[in-house]
Amino acid sequence: MRTRPSAWHLALVPIALLMAVPLLWMLVTSLSTLAETRRFPPSLPSHLEWANYATAWTDSPFARWMLNSSVVSVTCVVSNIVLCSLAGYAFARLRFRGSQLAFLAILATLMVPFQVVMIPTLLIVKHLGLVDTLPALILPNLVTAFGIYLMRQFFVSLPVELEEAALIDGAGRVRILARVLMPLMGPPVATVAVLTFLSVWNDFLWPLVVTSSPEVMTVQLGLSTFQSSHFTNWPVLMAGTLMSQLPVLILFVAGQRFFVSSIANTGIK
Amino acid sequence: MSSTVERRTDAARSRRPRTILARAPQPDRRRRGRLGRSGRESLTGWLMVSPSLVLIALFGLVPVLWSFALSFQQNDLQTPGTWVGLKNYERLSQDPQFWDSVRRTVEYTVLFVPSTLVLSLLAAAALNRRIRGITVYRLAVFIPVVTSTIATGVIFSWLLDPDYGLVNATLSKVGLPTFEFFASPTQALPAVVLMTVWGWIGFGALIFLAGLQGIPTDLMDAAQIDGCSTRGAFWRIQVPLLRPVSGFLLVWLTINALQLFDEVYATTKGGPSRATTVVVYYLYDQAFKFFHAGYAAAIAVVLFVAIAAVTALQLRITREEPTPQEGRR
Repeated sequence: MRTRPSAWHLALVPIALLMAVPLLWMLVTSLSTLAETRRFPPSLPSHLEWANYATAWTDSPFARWMLNSSVVSVTCVVSNIVLCSLAGYAFARLRFRGSQLAFLAILATLMVPFQVVMIPTLLIVKHLGLVDTLPALILPNLVTAFGIYLMRQFFVSLPVELEEAALIDGAGRVRILARVLMPLMGPPVATVAVLTFLSVWNDFLWPLVVTSSPEVMTVQLGLSTFQSSHFTNWPVLMAGTLMSQLPVLILFVAGQRFFVSSIANTGIK
Repeated sequence: MSSTVERRTDAARSRRPRTILARAPQPDRRRRGRLGRSGRESLTGWLMVSPSLVLIALFGLVPVLWSFALSFQQNDLQTPGTWVGLKNYERLSQDPQFWDSVRRTVEYTVLFVPSTLVLSLLAAAALNRRIRGITVYRLAVFIPVVTSTIATGVIFSWLLDPDYGLVNATLSKVGLPTFEFFASPTQALPAVVLMTVWGWIGFGALIFLAGLQGIPTDLMDAAQIDGCSTRGAFWRIQVPLLRPVSGFLLVWLTINALQLFDEVYATTKGGPSRATTVVVYYLYDQAFKFFHAGYAAAIAVVLFVAIAAVTALQLRITREEPTPQEGRR
């Protein structure tokens, strides 16, 4: 390239700063005192006020919210991996009457925005007697059409020869799937896991609609109620916000390369 | 019934000597005898897809049909609904608040989509370098992609606080006018645009970067040898080749713009003076604040149709434009 590398730093530093400032300012505010946030112009805190984190934790059912979010997300991740690989494998490899129609029906749901199905979904959950419970948060996210599609594509791309020896030895399909194929499924399984975790952990509208008791809320919803009751206490609110994003941020920084490719290849936010 | 899947399996089967398979030991001879090989495969297949199928039918397919049915009902979410025919749609067509929410959604989309597209393209171009520290730059640009919409809303209501916010402080320090942002009926929607553009640039940059890295480097090398500047090569070679990627992003950003809700809930709650009551916010209010579930379902159906139309239109446009690689069809 003709441009010297150093010239690119001149362009990249402002871009990166503009993108990072909101998050850095959240961190700075979370370590300031309330008085410091009421100063104009704002400045860096004189000392690190870690007590804000403790206050956020004790002033609200924060631990409960984090636990709820974790239970809901982890359950959905595990169930998506299991159900999407089972269905994806069957659609890719097994011949059965009606499989085409079933697969098309599943794909069709991909085009429907959640807002369109939100009210009937609430009514269904209500008929099941599950409003304001954790199962209500979990049930609609146990499996995703997108995950099934992703897994099916991957199984189709695997050579059939892999399974033949096992088939000849008389192994059942489930055993082949679990023992022979799943060990090769690292990338798609991780993609399904990342995308499920991200969407369930960060989901807001469904928890808002289906839960109302503080002890059933997820952390995103808790945060929004926290916001209205602590509107002026910015340091505590920022500490809570940061903690609510911590699992996702840690996962992202730790597995950056993987996270980025799974989002780039599948185009899901 | 001749999908790619089945053709694949057929081909694989015919390659395999059938005699070996026939002689293969079978663990359960009785069941095999009753159902036959294809019957057993069919049963296995249905068993494997049925949990997913039941869940998707229950939470994906049934609700769509139910939504259509609800839109012809009066329903308060508590008592059984009554059928009212097209009344909800009639009311919708004459509801000035609904049309206001449509206008605001269109305004938001028109501001949000192009700015996100352009800014993320530029960010991707800058990030597409092999220089020291590029991982750190990419990290900074991509982190908002994983930040939840609610956290984004909370962070920006602090950044854009009229009195103590960092943005106004910086503006006044360099002698620029300050703003009311979310507190002002005229500035609230642009403030929401500012916030959501921040939240989506990383996503756009990610998609564009993947696209840029898919362009063969010899194309750029050839341009360099022919004396093309880096900037010239970017606009004349890379950007045109990114057309399919841009098309995808355009559809994706528009669909998401039409569904704006979370960030509004976290910042302005639709205010001030309804200035940020976009369509989904109006839908939410109708369903869960006023319990007009049938009316809200009608709004949902309109939203569905709008999103489907936008998608179909944009896919057609991007598909029909010949890319330089393909030439004219």
